[in-house]
Amino acid sequence: MKERFLEVAADADQNQEAQFDTWLSGKGIPFVGSEAEADYKARVLLIKDAIQLKKAPQRIPICPSAGFFPIQYAGLSMYDAMYDYDALALAWQKYSDELTPDAYNAPTTVVPGRVLDILDFKLGRWPGHGVSEHSEYQYVEKEIMKADEYQDLIDDPTGFFMNKFFPRIFGTLKPLKNMPLLPPVNEIPCIPPALFPFGDKEIQSAFSSLTKAGEETIRWRDALRRLNGSIMGKGYPAFSGGFTKAPFDVIGDTLRGTREILMDIYRHPDELIEACERITPFMIKSGVASCKATGHIMPFIPLHKGADAFMSEEQFQTFYWPTLRKVIIGLANEGMVPQLFAEGGYNQRLEIISDVPEGKVVWWFDLTDMARAKKTIGRVACIAGNVPLSLLCTATPDDVKAYCKELIDVAGNGGGFIFSTGAGMQGSKPENVKTMIEFSKDYGIYQ
Amino acid sequence: MPDDLVDAMVNMREAEAMELAQKMLDAGEDPLQVLEHCREALKIVGKQFETGKYFLPELILSGEMLKRISKIAKPFMRKESNKKTEAKGKVVIGSVKGDIHDIGKDIVVFLLDINGFEVHDLGVDVPAEKFVEAISQFQPAIVGMSALLTTALESMKNTVDVIKNAGLRDQVKIMVGGGAVDEKVRKYADADACGPDAVAAVNLSKEWVEDKG
Repeated sequence: MKERFLEVAADADQNQEAQFDTWLSGKGIPFVGSEAEADYKARVLLIKDAIQLKKAPQRIPICPSAGFFPIQYAGLSMYDAMYDYDALALAWQKYSDELTPDAYNAPTTVVPGRVLDILDFKLGRWPGHGVSEHSEYQYVEKEIMKADEYQDLIDDPTGFFMNKFFPRIFGTLKPLKNMPLLPPVNEIPCIPPALFPFGDKEIQSAFSSLTKAGEETIRWRDALRRLNGSIMGKGYPAFSGGFTKAPFDVIGDTLRGTREILMDIYRHPDELIEACERITPFMIKSGVASCKATGHIMPFIPLHKGADAFMSEEQFQTFYWPTLRKVIIGLANEGMVPQLFAEGGYNQRLEIISDVPEGKVVWWFDLTDMARAKKTIGRVACIAGNVPLSLLCTATPDDVKAYCKELIDVAGNGGGFIFSTGAGMQGSKPENVKTMIEFSKDYGIYQ
Repeated sequence: MPDDLVDAMVNMREAEAMELAQKMLDAGEDPLQVLEHCREALKIVGKQFETGKYFLPELILSGEMLKRISKIAKPFMRKESNKKTEAKGKVVIGSVKGDIHDIGKDIVVFLLDINGFEVHDLGVDVPAEKFVEAISQFQPAIVGMSALLTTALESMKNTVDVIKNAGLRDQVKIMVGGGAVDEKVRKYADADACGPDAVAAVNLSKEWVEDKG
């Protein structure tokens, strides 16, 4: 098979410029006035300059990760936020209006609770379903895909998700296990057997539950669209506009589970590598498609199991990095800027992960040493981060200021830096968030 | 053969380790002795983890091998051979209420266990009252609390407060850890110490137990 996604394409720069133009144009945004439109463009340019490394932006863009902070800031419960879309939108509006970060995170991670209810989602607990009204939703890890099913996944990822994964993680979609395999439907006599399942009452009930969930999702999406129009219309771009993941995390997070995938490194190394390779093009395509749907340039890519504590450098280089790098190259070739959110510490891997095309990615850090990151990855990529949540949750505004000053001195030098937090800001003290944003906007001006 | 078993386990040759253990049991070796070899292997794995040569995959897989060997050894066990070794000290541990993450806590439990501590693992999403109950029941020298979620930090502080109100604070040392926890959080929750990783938890526990003499 042809090796792909190893080299940067000749037209990658051109594609990136075109995608930046789309994002910058603000087409379709209901701006409240020409000043807001100018503000929007100025803020996008701050981020663009930081990413491309060609020159320092006018000032450091301040883009903390909202997480679920706006919900508590507005005095809402997590339950309300997941079940009352207008209340959710109001909370986000308040956060953006009052704290004015340069870019906001659309509340797409505050998923509609009713959809999880309708589908009888098995992989998590959410407010009213296993955690309290005030708690955020949390994953419940299970070994959904058994070790002896690697080959099924490799043979046909789409079929595996349809016939095995969905029926196991959504109670009401159990009947999808009878969905026909699609490639065999290739000429006239193949049509009737492919249709049998759809005449079945059970599968019809699965589709009816999907219809209901789909309609509910549209209500949620419409509320979010109005919100996005309103925040962007006042001059604030979104910080990301799509989503994808590292192939290793796709398999580890929800298919195999953490314990199992880490043991697979010894028990099923070849299948694990092949499965990561197999789903790589899917992860690139879904990252590109989700960005194009929002007109944005940055797909958010949370990295979970590649951190220092999870595996050795050699394991990282064998199992985690090769396919993540392909996802990065594949996205960059399409003009996207992967926003790699490296949860945990990446201090042992800074050299390895510096092997990315110049000016085409954002490496966003949590517990990584920013001075070392600046000296390594900072030469080829924009870095972002990393105000610790422990600080925002427990310290005083003066402590916060001191940290921000040092962070900007260390990581902001010469551009190529987006100021952010090390994680979503839930649990933070509002006065700390306010101080962080105000101080850093001012202190982050390049002379 | 015992050295081979230890070597196979330490070097993650699972199939070989299982085969060797089965052979030893079939040959009439004392099952407790076989398990003792396994523990010896796990100790070496733990050391390699502490020195940064091994990581989670090796820790998890060696724990899994021990579990599998314990299972095949069970039918060979005679009740009277069940002797208990003296524990280094007792630790009560759990992820605080509101947080259902367990991997970090489980690693600490694993390392404390192979280092000779008697660990009472209360699991995840543990209410403060549960900690209080366990302290009264087991009389541990050390209490460990874990949190990954930033929203669970309040709950960590509250747990310490409830232990204080129950009048038990002075009889235990409290260590806190987890992705969201650092020195600032330790101070906020009023715990005695925090650490960046599982190795720190073991070192702290050893220190505290030795101090007590």
